[in-house]
Amino acid sequence: MTSDFSTFKLLLKRDLTLAYRHRSELANPLLFFIIVISLFPLGISSESKDLQVIAPGVIWVAALLAAMLSLDSLFRSDFEDGSLEQMALTAHFLPLLVLAKVLAHWLITGLPLIVLAPFLGLLLFLPDSAMLTLVATLALGTPILSLVGAIGVALTVGLRRGGVLLSLLVLPLYIPVLIFAAGAVNEAARGFPVLGQLYFLGALLMLSLTLAPFATAAAVRISLS
Amino acid sequence: MWAFLHKFSSPKYFYFLSGRLIPWFAWSCLAVMLVGLYYGLFEAPPDYQQGESYRIMFVHVPAAWMSMFIYMVMAVAGGIGLIWHIKLAEIMAASSAPIGASFTFLALVTGALWGKPMWGTWWVWDARLTAELILLFLYLGVIALNSAIEDKRTAARASGVLALVGVVNIPIIHYSVEWWNTLHQGASVTKLDAPSIHISMLIPLLLMAVAFKLYYATVVLMRARCEVLDRERNSSWVQDLISAK
Repeated sequence: MTSDFSTFKLLLKRDLTLAYRHRSELANPLLFFIIVISLFPLGISSESKDLQVIAPGVIWVAALLAAMLSLDSLFRSDFEDGSLEQMALTAHFLPLLVLAKVLAHWLITGLPLIVLAPFLGLLLFLPDSAMLTLVATLALGTPILSLVGAIGVALTVGLRRGGVLLSLLVLPLYIPVLIFAAGAVNEAARGFPVLGQLYFLGALLMLSLTLAPFATAAAVRISLS
Repeated sequence: MWAFLHKFSSPKYFYFLSGRLIPWFAWSCLAVMLVGLYYGLFEAPPDYQQGESYRIMFVHVPAAWMSMFIYMVMAVAGGIGLIWHIKLAEIMAASSAPIGASFTFLALVTGALWGKPMWGTWWVWDARLTAELILLFLYLGVIALNSAIEDKRTAARASGVLALVGVVNIPIIHYSVEWWNTLHQGASVTKLDAPSIHISMLIPLLLMAVAFKLYYATVVLMRARCEVLDRERNSSWVQDLISAK
């Protein structure tokens, strides 16, 4: 039997390979992210001073929604073809396996958001001084979205129409991330120090990294029963 | 002691015990609430700044307390149900959720009614109001998850996990919104050394808090009894109960 760590690596590699073979599906949440953000100038105003004010919030809300929409793929196909059940039946530590899946999911959905965000910041005339903070908040925040979202997905994966329910369960839990992250970008745009908010985001990341896999593993077992 | 707990947590024993307890809770709730309302609405002096309109506090504050208290009860009961697989704890958690959501809604509505004359607006994005609104969302999530899963035991365990995740999040949400924006007046009862509320207002407030607790006890037992009957409908004692009538 393989060790826990090599299983972690194997599972990570498997999920990344599977994602690579369905590249077009990966693009959808990103396209959603871009389209939602480009709707705001059309709906509000094309003035740079108006867009500047709403830019941090809009980018972060769009990132939140994009992360949430991409969540469903985390366990769905594994649940449907039974491999999730096999994972739960192995002697390996289930929270660790869950963590591998969440990490893979973040690498294929969260990381592209971080790369794209500065360009979308340009579209909304976000000041250059806030660009780095935007990237930093996304780098600290999107893993939290994947980790916390995984709990919600694991609870709803057995349901036929879990999509809307998932948003109801997960979005309230995303609020602290939104507050700290968008707050930090706002402060940075006004030229204030933002280290405090980044520390808070780091603390939230550590908290969700340590607790969320256990809750997710418990939820997976409930959904499988 | 364990034998007693085991007996108490059996659905059959609970059904008959709660049947005897409900009238006691209900009548004492009514009595305490009438006294509390009388002192709150007639005996307590008007506030020197807010005049008579502060009196909605006697409903608003206990409702807000209850909204948090019931969430804690729900999460603890959900946790007990998850760990020890006690059916009664699952039933209590499931029956508490809608009551907690109603109290949260009541706190929000009375807050809005009070806010209109005091702050000049029905709603402000103030920290505590926002936290209460998010609490309502958390309740609605638990209720929605509970009703979405067909199997009652799976539903109870799933919403138990969700309630526990919510409990971890409530302080984080509370402090993040507090930090984000606050306009609300500070807590005036929990400052132990010298409460900044006068004793003539504090007594009706505490009476109302007790009355709300008793109301919750009454209603949660009524709901749990229905739930017990529903879940145990195939067991012999429920069949006996039906055929006896």
